[in-house]
Amino acid sequence: MASRVLLDIVDPWINWDWLSTHVPYVLGALKDHVQLTVIAVVAGLLISLPLGVLAHRYVYLRAPVLGVFGGFYTIPSLALFAALVPYTGLSGTTAEIPLIGYNVLILVRNIMVGLDAVPNDVLDAADGMGYRRFPRLLRIELPLAMPAIFAGLRVATVSTIGIITITAVIGIGGLGALIYKGLIESFHTPLVVGMALCVVLALIADLGLVGAERLALPWSRTR
Amino acid sequence: MSLLRQVWSWFGDSAHWHGSNGIPVRLAEHVQISVESVVIGAAIALPVGILLGHYGRFGNLAINISNTGRAIPSFGLLVVAFQIFGLGDGPIILALTALAIPPMVTNSYVGLREVDPDVKDAARGMGYRDLAQLVRVELPLAVPLIMAGIRTSAVQVVATATLAALVAGGGLGRYIVDGYATQKYDVMVVGAVLVAALALVTEVSLWGLQQLLVPRGIRLLKTPASRRATTFKTA
Repeated sequence: MASRVLLDIVDPWINWDWLSTHVPYVLGALKDHVQLTVIAVVAGLLISLPLGVLAHRYVYLRAPVLGVFGGFYTIPSLALFAALVPYTGLSGTTAEIPLIGYNVLILVRNIMVGLDAVPNDVLDAADGMGYRRFPRLLRIELPLAMPAIFAGLRVATVSTIGIITITAVIGIGGLGALIYKGLIESFHTPLVVGMALCVVLALIADLGLVGAERLALPWSRTR
Repeated sequence: MSLLRQVWSWFGDSAHWHGSNGIPVRLAEHVQISVESVVIGAAIALPVGILLGHYGRFGNLAINISNTGRAIPSFGLLVVAFQIFGLGDGPIILALTALAIPPMVTNSYVGLREVDPDVKDAARGMGYRDLAQLVRVELPLAVPLIMAGIRTSAVQVVATATLAALVAGGGLGRYIVDGYATQKYDVMVVGAVLVAALALVTEVSLWGLQQLLVPRGIRLLKTPASRRATTFKTA
């Protein structure tokens, strides 16, 4: 007990001894965090692609799609986790459902904006070259909408990495588990390590997506 | 379905509408923390964004700083503020203010930057001086994006204020955190419903305010501000 009190007084921001003996724990949290992020962003993209294309083509679908997911997006994540726990328990599902829903809104909106911005002349030219609707969408419209989609992916990824930390409250959390540990034990080291890795992960993911965009869309490099 | 019935009867119990853990007090705490954070944030962010946009300098720097700031998890920021400054509303408001600033800087900067240069030239030609041009020409044209920034910030602050309960703060998050800690799922869902409702009411009422504040001529001219506004979710 006495040593615990002493620790509170002199607790440094980083206790290297603790860190050196907890490397596997920290790396495990990092791995969980990456996994949760990838699932949320990829699932969000898979749902929002058809939804965005449909909402682009059928104008009457826009208001309902943006309204439903916009309302969902407005609801704080902690409220959704709390509402889901009685049904899906303290599981990855409870964490992923809100995250995927948020990403769908961000991505659907950007897919629509990207598709809307394709110039009519380009569509006319494609029609003149004999493209049917689906090949035209796949080979002309979606590639031209890619910069907007990548912009959406960057926002979705960075915000997902931040929100995942909150799932620590329901026993998941990835790096958020470190932050939560730092909170309940008043122990600075896991807090600082969790925060720092979160920021680094978000920045690396953001830069990675910028790099991926440049590789995938060489024509947009000059921007 | 019995859970929903429990939630319903919780709301019906008059004991839950009085006292320091009653809905009115928790709601007032939540709104107060949020309003203070957004107002302080706006007092810092709007002048910065507006001046940077007006003079067109250091804008990329400001946007890069606020983009980098997004990478900081809001939950971690609250915990750090709590660990450094201890209990109370002060540390919570400090963290929430830090979260409120970036969207308002970015959107007001972009709003001012996007004012048509021809319009600025015309104002100059009509004899407007610098300040008059800013106040009477550029600001009204930038209102849609400035308001979009305030709305984004406010909704995010209301959402993040829910986490205040985790660092021993008040607000509606208390029901969620306490309900979880005591395994009372009905209380947890009550908190979820109240928090969601407050966030939606904030969004809709600020959207309404935005519609009122945007001059009619601009409303007809522009594509929806939501298309160009940067939104970001922190909690």
